[in-house]
Amino acid sequence: MNWTKKDLLGITELSKEEILFVLDTAESFKEISQRDIKKVPTLRGKTVITLFYEPSTRTRTSFEIAAKRLSADTINISASTSSYVKGETLKDTAKNLEAMNPDVTIIRHSMPGAPHMLARILDSSVVNGGDGAHEHPTQALLDAYTIREKKGTIDGLKIVIVGDIIHSRVARSNIFTLRNFDSEIVCCGPPTMLPPHMEELGIKVEYNLKKAIHNADVIMMLRIQKERGGVSYIPSVKEYSAFFGLTGEHIMNAKKDVIIMHPGPMNRGVEIMDDVADGPYSVILEQVENGVAVRMAILYLLLGREK
Amino acid sequence: MSILIRNGRVIDPKSGLDEVIDVFVNGNTIEKIDKHIRKTGSDVRSIDASGHIVAPGLIDTHAHLREPGYEWKETIRTGTMAATKGGFTSVVCMANTNPVNDNKSVTDYIIQKARSEALCRVFPCGAITKGLKGEELSDMGELYESGIVAISDDGKSVKNSAVLLKAFEYSRLFGIPVISHCEDEDLSRGYVHEGRASLLSGLDAVPAIAEELIVSRDIAIAKYANAPVHLTHISSGGSVNIIQHAKKSHKKITCDTCCHYFSLTDEATLGFDTSTKVNPPLRSKEDVEAIKEGLRNNTIDIIATDHAPHEGTSKDVEFDIASFGISGFETAFALSLALVHEGVMTLPDLLRKFTVNPAKLLKLPYGQLAPGKVADIIIFNPDVEWKVDRNSFLSRGKNSPFHGWVLKGKNLLTLVDGKIVYRDKSFKA
Amino acid sequence: MENRVLLDNKAVERTINRIAHEIIEKNKGVEKLRLIGIRTRGVHLAQRLKQKIEEIEHISLPLGVLDITMYRDDVFKLKSPGLKKTEIPFDVNNITAILVDDVMQTGRTTRAAIDAIMDLGRPKRIQLAVLVDRGDRELPIHPDYAGIVHSAHPEENVLVRLSEVDNRDEVVVVTSS
Repeated sequence: MNWTKKDLLGITELSKEEILFVLDTAESFKEISQRDIKKVPTLRGKTVITLFYEPSTRTRTSFEIAAKRLSADTINISASTSSYVKGETLKDTAKNLEAMNPDVTIIRHSMPGAPHMLARILDSSVVNGGDGAHEHPTQALLDAYTIREKKGTIDGLKIVIVGDIIHSRVARSNIFTLRNFDSEIVCCGPPTMLPPHMEELGIKVEYNLKKAIHNADVIMMLRIQKERGGVSYIPSVKEYSAFFGLTGEHIMNAKKDVIIMHPGPMNRGVEIMDDVADGPYSVILEQVENGVAVRMAILYLLLGREK
Repeated sequence: MSILIRNGRVIDPKSGLDEVIDVFVNGNTIEKIDKHIRKTGSDVRSIDASGHIVAPGLIDTHAHLREPGYEWKETIRTGTMAATKGGFTSVVCMANTNPVNDNKSVTDYIIQKARSEALCRVFPCGAITKGLKGEELSDMGELYESGIVAISDDGKSVKNSAVLLKAFEYSRLFGIPVISHCEDEDLSRGYVHEGRASLLSGLDAVPAIAEELIVSRDIAIAKYANAPVHLTHISSGGSVNIIQHAKKSHKKITCDTCCHYFSLTDEATLGFDTSTKVNPPLRSKEDVEAIKEGLRNNTIDIIATDHAPHEGTSKDVEFDIASFGISGFETAFALSLALVHEGVMTLPDLLRKFTVNPAKLLKLPYGQLAPGKVADIIIFNPDVEWKVDRNSFLSRGKNSPFHGWVLKGKNLLTLVDGKIVYRDKSFKA
Repeated sequence: MENRVLLDNKAVERTINRIAHEIIEKNKGVEKLRLIGIRTRGVHLAQRLKQKIEEIEHISLPLGVLDITMYRDDVFKLKSPGLKKTEIPFDVNNITAILVDDVMQTGRTTRAAIDAIMDLGRPKRIQLAVLVDRGDRELPIHPDYAGIVHSAHPEENVLVRLSEVDNRDEVVVVTSS
């Protein structure tokens, strides 16, 4: 197939074919990161900007490494160093960026839709590196890659997502990705953190963690945000941890070859206990490694798109 | 100067008149409605309305003219230019100006300014509480004597029920309606309707109960105070239900909805287009159907515009921080005509919601097309198709989610007080 | 359109046999020899060479597969360049790498392949084997082993067909006029 999209703003814009095309392309790039010379000349002379309005170590570093391994030049702009704090609007920032002729801009922003706004202004490619509670498409793609790598397939699995679904862009993008496949998706968390209408998307809701992960092939843990807009979603972190923190004991209920995923950064002792995070079922560090390959694939596909 | 409007289909919802007939306007008054009126002379302007509809000028019970204080968004001049283009001959302007219309001097200013610059009638709505703060009642009597036709803290609800009860009770002294903006503040920390679309977009969402709770509360308080209440910009099916039941036991309840609540669903917000950000938010398909049914069965009495113009910068930002509102004057009536084309209601019934019902709510002597009445008249064609171009709006606010839509039905000519204040380029008169 | 057969079924086999012998002869044995096929048809040719050399020398010869897309100098001028995996199951340091391709023309593919291998390590020597050298070089690169040399006109297209992908073995010249 041919890649035609200019931007990667969300998984909802991708077909199943396109999702698989990204994963297949990423396989070719994974090998590069395992070499002594971790660099290919493919994006030589291209400029990749990371524009981050929210603090992030993992995602930004992953994109930067991906771009550099493809020989692109990278420029990092963060909220603290940009003129955003001086009150420049996103629109003006975008126009200024455009004047510098970047080839790809990766944006992370606390507000949903900010990447879409940027994409409307920029002629060059925009990648959503996470926008509020909306989407984090590259995370979901690397998660799908990791599942496929570990399980050989994304079909016929029971995949459980646990935590603060309502505020999680990772959960949304993962749900939008996994819906394309023939797997059972179960969301688990306190009712305050599960948005209404989830069933309409074909998702099962289960409040009891033990029941949720029964026979699970994949368990994805999410970070929690205790408070938002001055309203508490849970009585206390301690209580959350007691009901929704994943322990080694829980895993006994899952399939024998279950994999445990977490987009990071983890709150150890809150949503995930040490024995699970560091245990044999954890693929958390492999997710990070695969993230570079998937982001290399995205940069490559966007720049090589059919115009 | 006199005007003879010939051969139009004249509809007056108040009297039930609906036939092809001539209307003769002398000075500012409708002098005669009859078949084949013969008037000639150099001071008689003859207008051929054949194939078109002649109706009373529309009355908008809910608009924001932004003056004083936000003249870069709209002025009384530009706002009424837009209104008359859309077929409105009377508009009520809300109190959330700067300063707030909670005292006589602001009301006087608006009325003075309207007298010299407005193209149509402007009726100020006073604030319920000082500074719209929800604490102390504004000087309602003084405002009333200066010319306000209603009171409202539009933009938010009066959170304190005791204050609201006093407002209802006190308003009885002047017989003016309290217009309730129904929104529970604590439940409204969001930008879109809580539903399937918000699940997809991740935008902070407001559940429909945020509106419905206050609809119920305000009805209960009004009923207890035996005072009239007008619930504005009703958007949810739940609210329609509550109002339909409540109307059976309290006769002084009226309500309005706005065109966007039956023209768009929350799906429109999925592309993060800030022109779809409006308060209350665009709701689900089911809500849209319930609003239409409410209009059809007359639970909803009035269609208002909630014309809320904004300058580009207010909307050219991230969805979360964009201003709420739609610049509505120039599309409202055409959008509403879709209800007639879809068979939801007849044209006279639709006109009733834009003329007779608003006039009755505000006790205005307008909204009628009858001999002896003031000549506030529009001529429109319900079938002409046109493409919305927000850049051609007369309003300063170009914020419209309907940009690029092809609408069926267009206002062609607007007469206010017997004078032509708007004529569409395509219409020869 | 006019087709002219340069090598038929039999001739293709004979040519591959000859190249196999030349490789063994030139390298005085096959101890440090490794074959690397350039996708797509170079891989099939490399497989056949491997089989032939193994028959002659009675050893097992490792084979690598190279996708050079990432190294092409025209990568973003191509229509949506698809990527396949590079699979080199051996250490390239100090080996004699035999790059195998079907047709050599400008030399740009070979240049990309050399760069790709050099990124994996430091071979002692890199040699190039092609079935057809059609001339028209744009870079100073020449094959060490060429099945046939055919100086094609610009309007001529030299096609290598291999039974693994094309149902038959032949080399043809297609003239579009």
